[in-house]
Amino acid sequence: MELNSVFDVARHAMSAQMVRLNTISSNIANATSVASTREAAYQPMRPMFETFYDTQAGLSTTRAAEIVTLERDPVRQYRPDHPMADGDGYVFTAAVNMEEEMVEMLEAGRQYQNILETVSTMRTLLARTVKMGQG
Amino acid sequence: MEAMFRQQIGHFADALSLHQRRGELLASNIANAATPGFKARDLDFQAVLAARAGQGAMMTSDPRHFAHSGAAADGAAQFRIPVTPSLDGNTVDLPVEQMEFAENALRYQMSLNFLNRRISSAMGAMREE
Repeated sequence: MELNSVFDVARHAMSAQMVRLNTISSNIANATSVASTREAAYQPMRPMFETFYDTQAGLSTTRAAEIVTLERDPVRQYRPDHPMADGDGYVFTAAVNMEEEMVEMLEAGRQYQNILETVSTMRTLLARTVKMGQG
Repeated sequence: MEAMFRQQIGHFADALSLHQRRGELLASNIANAATPGFKARDLDFQAVLAARAGQGAMMTSDPRHFAHSGAAADGAAQFRIPVTPSLDGNTVDLPVEQMEFAENALRYQMSLNFLNRRISSAMGAMREE
């Protein structure tokens, strides 16, 4: 992996933000899923971002190094009528904080927009440079 | 005449390539706006341009001469001093980077316009009426 231009920088940064949006949508989709045991309950996920440097080009971008599951205790709910309830009548729902996910989603979306705006500006300038001397 | 023309064109060409380099660096900063521990970098545009025009660093004519250049005139990016420090060690200030990027894009366009004018005036001089 090497970074030769602003397009490479944007490609990696945008895919990292896309990974972030995907994990957020997984979390939101599983916010209300239930399980019979504490271990089987859905654990919310977060990507860990790290900087990737191309020292030769002097450029850097961000990438999702790994996706970690947040160690949060699933919520234990008393729902004896639920088909997945355990012997004592409890189910375990995923510990997804909806407000937190919404804030994360907005931030990821804004970051994506920022880098897209940057690369489209650079693209326009480069396209004009290609036509240099013809106008 | 030719040398003068080349010199004038060359100056704007230098500025253009530096603006592009700076745009890429600022894009790197914006891409890393949310990465913990990232340190934003930027070019000292004036110093690098002066060095490219032969005004910054001293010329050496012998291998035993010391190469002396002005502050970071060799084109190396320097770290930005953050306006507001953040807990995660990230020094990208998004509004600052965005403003710098916007200004850089405009200056790129300016250099490009100057180049275009020079080329078209030279073409006009060459063309027979």
